[in-house]
Amino acid sequence: MVRVAVVRFPGSNCDWDAYHAAENAGAEARFVWHRDTDLQQADVVILPGGFSYGDYLRSGAIARFSPVMQAVQKHAAAGGAVLGICNGFQILCEAHLLPGALVRNDRLTFVSRPVWVRVERTDTFCTSAYARDTEMRIPVAHGDGCYVADDDTLRLLEAEGRVVLRYTRGENPNGSVADIAGVSNAAGNIVGFMPHPERYADPLTGSDVGAGFFRSIAGWIPGGATRSIP
Amino acid sequence: MTAAAPVTRAASFPGERPVTPEVVREHNLTPSEFDRIVAMLGRTPTLTELGVFSALWSEHCSYKHSKPVLKRFPTTGPQVVQGPGENAGVLRLPNGWAVAFKIESHNHPSAVEPYQGAATGVGGILRDVFTMGARPVAVLNSLRFGPLSEPRNRYLFAGVVRGVGDYGNCIGVPTLGGEVGFADGYSGNPLVNAMCVGILRESDLATARAHGVGNVLLNVGAKTGRDGIHGASFASEELSEKSEARRPQVQVGDPFTEKLLLEASLELITSKLIVAIQDMGAAGLTSSSAEMAARGGVGVEIDTGLVPTREAGMTPYEILLSESQERMLVVAEPRQVPAIQAICRKWELDATEIGHVTDDGLFRVRHNGLTVAEIPGQPLVDDCPIYTPEAREAPAAAARRKARPHGPARVDADAALEALLDTPSIASKRWVYEQYDSTVQASTVLGPGGDAGVFRVDGEAFALAVSVDCNNRLVALDPYEGGKATVAEAARNVACTGAEPLGITDCLNFGNPEKPEVFFQFKEACRGISDACVAFGTPVTGGNVSFYNESPTGAVDPTPTVGMVGLLRRAEDRVPSHFRATGDRIVIVGGTAGALGGSAYWAELCGFVGGEAPKVDLEHEARLQRFLVAAAAARLLRSAHDCSEGGLAVALAEAAIGGPYAERGFGAIVDLRTYAPDLTAAQALYGEDHGRVVLSVAPPALQGLKALLARHGLRGYLAGEVRAPGGSLDVVLPGSVHRWPVDRLRSVYDDAIPRRMREVVSDRAEA
Repeated sequence: MVRVAVVRFPGSNCDWDAYHAAENAGAEARFVWHRDTDLQQADVVILPGGFSYGDYLRSGAIARFSPVMQAVQKHAAAGGAVLGICNGFQILCEAHLLPGALVRNDRLTFVSRPVWVRVERTDTFCTSAYARDTEMRIPVAHGDGCYVADDDTLRLLEAEGRVVLRYTRGENPNGSVADIAGVSNAAGNIVGFMPHPERYADPLTGSDVGAGFFRSIAGWIPGGATRSIP
Repeated sequence: MTAAAPVTRAASFPGERPVTPEVVREHNLTPSEFDRIVAMLGRTPTLTELGVFSALWSEHCSYKHSKPVLKRFPTTGPQVVQGPGENAGVLRLPNGWAVAFKIESHNHPSAVEPYQGAATGVGGILRDVFTMGARPVAVLNSLRFGPLSEPRNRYLFAGVVRGVGDYGNCIGVPTLGGEVGFADGYSGNPLVNAMCVGILRESDLATARAHGVGNVLLNVGAKTGRDGIHGASFASEELSEKSEARRPQVQVGDPFTEKLLLEASLELITSKLIVAIQDMGAAGLTSSSAEMAARGGVGVEIDTGLVPTREAGMTPYEILLSESQERMLVVAEPRQVPAIQAICRKWELDATEIGHVTDDGLFRVRHNGLTVAEIPGQPLVDDCPIYTPEAREAPAAAARRKARPHGPARVDADAALEALLDTPSIASKRWVYEQYDSTVQASTVLGPGGDAGVFRVDGEAFALAVSVDCNNRLVALDPYEGGKATVAEAARNVACTGAEPLGITDCLNFGNPEKPEVFFQFKEACRGISDACVAFGTPVTGGNVSFYNESPTGAVDPTPTVGMVGLLRRAEDRVPSHFRATGDRIVIVGGTAGALGGSAYWAELCGFVGGEAPKVDLEHEARLQRFLVAAAAARLLRSAHDCSEGGLAVALAEAAIGGPYAERGFGAIVDLRTYAPDLTAAQALYGEDHGRVVLSVAPPALQGLKALLARHGLRGYLAGEVRAPGGSLDVVLPGSVHRWPVDRLRSVYDDAIPRRMREVVSDRAEA
């Protein structure tokens, strides 16, 4: 069974949501506290949404220095899978595990609503359950979700097919460059995105279109094709 | 005046001003209240003691003008676990669960500092709920502002919404609903009411009752600063030109610390390490310690010198009255202190011993050895003088019910629908709720934009429905009927989703109760609320009174906001508000007399607020609620929408326009010729008779629905049919036919608030 570690920072608030989504998809989930350095032999680490350390200074800026992030860095360097959702994506960018940065939404206000996204990379541990170019509507809820990167990085991301999720149907909610909603590293073992598929993983809470991310994780074979050292 | 022999002793803190009549006046205490204090102590109070009295005897803490009226609320029922008197009310749910909920105002702070005022309002109500041992799972809010044509009102509106959002979003509690209204009376005095709903195991219920002589008092959470001193007194006076100077008394919120405090408090409560816990809200350390002691019938001794402060040199007076946010007072056995401190440390919080429970019944404050306050505890909390002000309706108010509009509406009945949908009070509130996280916790079954918010409880089949409502125009016109109407609408909203109304919390926003016409409104509105609650079996479990909502331009509309919680036994039976399938039949339940008194139509299109307010038939409302719950459980309904402001036409338009994220609205055709044969077009379309809902029903379910209606003694009118998306809403009346393209209605409805707020960035610079 795939083991998923959900990291809890002070201020994490989507920790339970990610935990339940992973468990319901058939993975074995557990929490790891931000002061811990033991990931308990996790195959997949999820950095959940929230406001780690209050998002003071910059979103995700303080979390990157936490003890647990040393372990996450090591895990990722060894090819282990890491998914950052919303604040988790911000932390991964701050920690330079993913390129680019997330800045204030272009309309300057918090935005909470379902938006259309397209899955563009499907050979990762968390998107393999989807057919390429699958479009779905899943919620976003963030104040700092505008993805920015320099031109060289953008060219590289596009050339290597590393844009995992892209806002579509004219529904870019935050001004992200090239409508980018989520990216991966080259190997595909590190993925971050702003939308919250864990909130749309059950028909009762709006929709279950997001459950595929967690089915992908639960069905992922550690050391399989998508796992290689970057 | 001759004082009896002192019963207690206290010394002035060095440097403190002497207590003079002038100082007493500054503390908002009347000469007779001061005399009562002197008699109680047998001596003149110290300044520190005067500060303590002024806080606890403020309207906000003492309910001195409202207690006799509030006592008449029905507060009991088999479902009540905790009625009024604790931090929040608690109702029983299936399988050992319970729901804790409360609504509270933060009007005055928000009037002078909208962002922090609103943010700390949310913070305070969250703490009220999690101190009961409940995990907050939903917040709602009820807001009132002056018209958006004024830059100042736009500034306040934008700031309040941002403040509410930033705090709730950071904590990770979804905002599931609310209401926003705009009217002239709120220009100088906006209303910001926040409601929180939490879930707990009934066995984990915590209380704020100190006991056990020798037990220690712990200050948990943020350090104490000089912010918010006398916030409770500020909330108990009218706003004036001088209120701007009160800005430093507005507290500053830190939602991150609150999140840590939430987790630490719940861990402390469920681990059974503590005896009692209370939020330091209004009047901070003073009210939390004095109230906890009074509830438990014990005394307390606090050493303010031990309270961690943000800055050096704070006096006991300041420490006692600070309203710094994100603080809790915990009572525990001494042997548990290390374990409590370990939990707090894990959540990066301080837990500091600042005092202990005593057996002498006194509220005693020491500061580094000097006793600066010593007051009999029970009388301090309970013996504030109670006032029963004169209640007399203003003659102008009575005359208003007899009046009729002076002239015709500014547009015809056809164009009136767009005009009403363009009214900010009626229009879509997307601009507001898209700034609030409504899906965090992944439990949102029905989010904002419908009749009520619905959320599920983890691992259980049932869900809860929540709604906040108040039709302030009707309350202003006829406080008794308006009070009834407010509870009826909240219950109808909850029942439309299929949930059975369980109980309410109320936030009673009124003007200065010392004015007979205001106290009349208060008394009558509360009588209406009581009667409706009795009829529906939905007890009042607590709430908040906010008086003195007056600015130099006058009092606000009386606004008794009601927050209702309902139980949906099977979450998957939830019924949304909007049409969902072409060919479904449209059924209207409840008849009409074309009541335009107090209607949005007369207010917006004739500039007239008046006429006879429609009467609420409580017995009919109760039957309607039971019918809706039964129909949902039998899966007979495709949608159900309450008919309220703007009447039947607005209800039909909203059902057709669809949910906020529908691709396109549905068309519909509705024939009202037999439903409203003798009414004018305006009466039939925009009359606001109570007790009505618009249903859509799949054709095969019609037979079952008819039988169920008959069983509940209700009449349904098969009025029409849902048509394909992209069409029009067609309404046939005895003398006219109306056709409104739904796409057009939707764009008016959606853009009404955004188009008025586009200038907001420049407002910020001006304001």
